[in-house]
This record gives sequence, structure tokens and C-alpha cells, in this order.
Amino acid sequence: MTTLANYLLVSGLLFSIGMAGVLLRRSILIIFMGLELMLNAANLSLVAFSRFHPVNGLPNYNAQVLVFFIITVAAAEVAVGLAIIVALYRAKRTTHVEDLDTLKF
Amino acid sequence: MQLALFWVFAILMLMSGLGVVFFRNPVSSAMSLVMAFVALAAVFVTLDAFFIAVVQVMVYAGAVLVLFLFIIMLLDLRAEARRPVNLLAWAGGGLVVSGFLAALVKVVVSDPAFQIAKPALSNPQINDVAMIGLALFHNFNLPFQIIGVLLLAATVGVVVLSKKELK
Repeated sequence: MTTLANYLLVSGLLFSIGMAGVLLRRSILIIFMGLELMLNAANLSLVAFSRFHPVNGLPNYNAQVLVFFIITVAAAEVAVGLAIIVALYRAKRTTHVEDLDTLKF
Repeated sequence: MQLALFWVFAILMLMSGLGVVFFRNPVSSAMSLVMAFVALAAVFVTLDAFFIAVVQVMVYAGAVLVLFLFIIMLLDLRAEARRPVNLLAWAGGGLVVSGFLAALVKVVVSDPAFQIAKPALSNPQINDVAMIGLALFHNFNLPFQIIGVLLLAATVGVVVLSKKELK
């Protein structure tokens, strides 16, 4: 029998895996993928809460509408972010984060 | 049966997440990301969120991932060459991640509000799409229209960012 704690633990683990990807990897594209994993972990959390706190015998659909919006915004963000990455690659010919140091102190 | 299915798909999703982070080849990372998205959709189905599961597969696995693969192909990314590892940076990153995980586990395990079982629904066959549609268009109509404007802005922004300099 799965409890809410199981779902939240899985969501938290997925979030930390995504965060590890953002902090430890040095290729921009993999950092972006870690970002998507973090967004998905948040979605899982929201849907779990929606199911475990039902309203009038149905899941709380406000949370699922929010998940719908988050998925939409994440898709728009990926499109714009990848366009920026392509423009960066055209300017610098590299995708390694450590080569982008013009603003470095 | 449902308990076993939840753990199978949750473990699959977490293993795919680790694959995304630890593969050297970016195409392997993208393939692991697909598996993570689809396993997450299966976990959504165990939560009776059928519409969200389908939207997850359609938008994430169908659109976002194809975009990633196009960019990998466009930039012709090879496997990441091994550069000297900055041990201090790795230790700092590992510390942040494990600190966050420890705090999360402590809160989730100790709070009794989270140890509840799945409440029964009034009708096992819920008309998910109709209920989400009602909630979306009755209560959240304005944010829905604003999301439309946001998508327009994102599209225009992508086209502007992709233009080559006019000589």
C-alpha cells in the first residue's frame, strides 16, 4: 500500500538527481536535461497531493491544472533555451560551460 | 499489483534519471530522458491522473525530447571529452545534493500528515478530461489565455534568436 510519503520520496529523489545533473555536468545540454528532470519531479509532487487530498470524492483538480500549466511553460522554456544555446554555439563554437567565461570576475 | 507496478515504474524512472546525469554520450542521455518521461507517465497513471499522463507523453516525450535530439544533431555534439575533474567543485555539488536529500527524507518520514493511504474515490472510472476541462475553463480561464500569449512570445522569440545576422 503506497502512502503519500512514498510518492514524495520518489519525487524528491528525482529532484536531487536533476539537481546533481545541473551542478556536476559541464555540457549545457545535459544541464538543461537535469532542469527538465527537476520540473518533472515537481509535477509528480503536485499530482500526488492532488490524489491524496480529494474533494467530494474526486481528486483535487486545481493541482492538475497547475501541472498542465507547468508542462506548457516548461515546453516554451525549452524552446527558447535551446534557441539561445544554438546562438551561443554559433558565436563561441563550444558547448562546454567552462569555456563561457567572458563575464567571469 | 498496483503497489508492485508503482515501485517498478518509480525505480525505472530513477535509474533513467541517473542515466541522464552519468552518461558521457549526449544521445544516450536523451534516450534515458525519454525513458524517465514515460516511466513518470506510468506513475501518473497509478495516481489516477490519466489526462496528465497522456499530456506528459505527448508534450515531453513527443515535443521537448525531439527538440533536444534536433539540437544534438545540429550542433554535432560528440561524447564529452575528459577534462581534469575539479574535485572541489564535485565535492561542493555532492554536498549540496546530499544535504537537500537528507533534509527532505527527514521531513517526509517524520511528518504524520504524509503517512496517509490513498483515499477511495467516489467513482473508480473518473472522467478525467471533462473534470480538468471544467476546472480549467471555469476557474482558470484568464491564466489559460495568458499562457496562449506566452506561447506566442516564446515562438516569436525563438524565431528572432535563430536568425543569422543580415550582412
